Amino acid sequence: MKQLTSFIKKEFYHIFRDTRTLIILFGIPIAQLLIFGTVIKSEINDVKVAIYDQSKDDFTKRITNKLLSSGYFMLEEYLESTNDVEDIFRKGEVKEVIVFEGGFEESLIKEGKANIQLIADASDPNLGRLAINYTRAIINDFIKEEFPEMQMPYEIEPTARMFYNEELKSVYMFVPGTMAMILMLISAMMTSIAITREKEVGTMEILLVSPLKPIHIIIGKVTPYLLLSVINAVVILLIGHFVFGVPIQGSAILLMAESILFIMMALSLGILISTAAKNQMVAMFISLVALMLPTILLSGFIFPIDNMPTVLRWLSVVMPARWFIEILRDIMLKGSGVLFVWKETAILFGMMLFFILASVKKFKIRLE
Amino acid sequence: MSNKKTKINFPPWGETPERERGLFVNNILKSYKDVAALKGISFEVQKNELFGLIGPDGAGKTTLMRILTTLLLPDSGHVTMDGADVVKNYKTIRKSIGYMPGRFSLYPDLSVEENLQFFATVFNTTVKKNYGLIKDIYSHIEPFKKRLAGRLSGGMKQKLALSCALIHKPKVLILDDPTTGVDAVSRREFWEMLKNLQKKDITIMVSTPYMDEASLCDRVALIQSGKIMDVDTPDAIVQKFGRKILAVKATETYRLINDLRGHHKAEAVYAFGQYIHFTAIDDDIEVTEMEQFLKNKNHQSIIVEEIVPGIEDVFMGLMKAPPSLP
Repeated sequence: MKQLTSFIKKEFYHIFRDTRTLIILFGIPIAQLLIFGTVIKSEINDVKVAIYDQSKDDFTKRITNKLLSSGYFMLEEYLESTNDVEDIFRKGEVKEVIVFEGGFEESLIKEGKANIQLIADASDPNLGRLAINYTRAIINDFIKEEFPEMQMPYEIEPTARMFYNEELKSVYMFVPGTMAMILMLISAMMTSIAITREKEVGTMEILLVSPLKPIHIIIGKVTPYLLLSVINAVVILLIGHFVFGVPIQGSAILLMAESILFIMMALSLGILISTAAKNQMVAMFISLVALMLPTILLSGFIFPIDNMPTVLRWLSVVMPARWFIEILRDIMLKGSGVLFVWKETAILFGMMLFFILASVKKFKIRLE
Repeated sequence: MSNKKTKINFPPWGETPERERGLFVNNILKSYKDVAALKGISFEVQKNELFGLIGPDGAGKTTLMRILTTLLLPDSGHVTMDGADVVKNYKTIRKSIGYMPGRFSLYPDLSVEENLQFFATVFNTTVKKNYGLIKDIYSHIEPFKKRLAGRLSGGMKQKLALSCALIHKPKVLILDDPTTGVDAVSRREFWEMLKNLQKKDITIMVSTPYMDEASLCDRVALIQSGKIMDVDTPDAIVQKFGRKILAVKATETYRLINDLRGHHKAEAVYAFGQYIHFTAIDDDIEVTEMEQFLKNKNHQSIIVEEIVPGIEDVFMGLMKAPPSLP
């Protein structure tokens, strides 16, 4: 036990005496969160739209007003014929055209159904998709207000995102993703580097020729990073909540417990990387390229998993971050309890066990 | 095969109890892929002996040291240390040896004091408890105990590394090239420290490429290309050699070497400091004969002396390599 505490103490010395480590540990996460939260938004503002209203009745006017007063859209002009649609897109200013069918009000009241056509300029696919989603959400909103007892008359598939995030605040989506990414980066990369550094400096040779057991070395290496990562998780949640106003609907304790589970999973992955990597360069390369990029691209953090090709969708199943992001969204935005996230929790737990077993098995008690 | 129950203390090949011996190395083979690093190494180190493993870089010293310290597995052969097998009982051995690797292997971002304390607790002891053992060594660097280990000079790093290797009072101390990159004064001090440690009931095995250090050991093993060429006391090795060596000096050293190599009786010609050591085929050479030879070649201020061979001459002789090109 004394061996272990002295090892942990030594590890803290390493961390606090190296400015670069400190910057990576605390500077980068906060900077990343702020950058992702403010700059890389999937929000839209003042998107220029054109409206072709063939009905010009009370309903279409009210819908138009609601759209234009939302702050997301700005009216460029009213169109007079279908032919104008292509012309106006060619000019490049207008990103979306909203077409109301003739006799809109009539058919809505009589048949309970009316058609709106949304046409987006998909040369910027992301913006196009967002504009359509925003428009749909606003129209749905309008219909719900007007006919609370009625089924929605449009054939619209509301996605989870719209449903739970009616204002479509993108930052809500980015906080869980950024948190998963940062915890992955710090936990996996920093531990793998810390262990390979001992190999590189040559101190591992002395540690091996000592009564220290591999488990002592592993726990000693991991504990400081576990503590620091938990601090990081708390800081991220606090910034998310107080700076970006992300709600925490569910239990904060459950949220922390899940975060600790994810951190431990990432730490064991870091150890596994260190058993395979010969030096710090390789460890860093594996952590960054083989871990970070898939985490960003395949976890559903930036690109929705539902939109992926089947192969990538299958691949995303093995991304630990995917499950963590789902857990975070469930707890933070939906306020789900442990009963709703037990499956994802079990998957993360299984991954952690696998990484621990594999790294204890692969940990070399000798040099090669 | 007989169903022998191998006792740790009595390996099947030994007649005398291994406990009596410090270190027993039996026919060690080790290859890295296609390269054979050790080709059947055998020797014994007595308890409380200061044993030197002498050989040039690349001879296999570090590989052997790593096998002794349980860091590498031999392809075949056995090593027992204080009766414990380095492969099977590696845990026992790791508690009782002190190891100082070839390059500086302490934490550069920890201070002198913190390094020492860390290694003391790792070995389940305290600095206080064994301070007596390291006092002579540590006292040299104690004034700098707050300094980070990475900022120490070469000699001080070496003393700190030795202190850390000794802090748990090991029974066997294994030092891999400890004097590489250390100045001459520190080297001498270092060997004095080793002599003192020997009196404190510690078996010491040290490897070095510096042959002048061989004479400071009780016994030495000469190693070359993964083979042990001789194991004996430095004096006995020199005596056994029994060759006649001429030390030759003249003003133009480079031309002198070339001329000596061109001598029809030349077997080995090596430069040792200012002198050239000359060994003739069948020792068939006289001082006067050599002087005459050099005079004919127009060398100035010629000195030719017959000398008692040193361990370096022996090593060069044993290597049996053809005189290398300059």
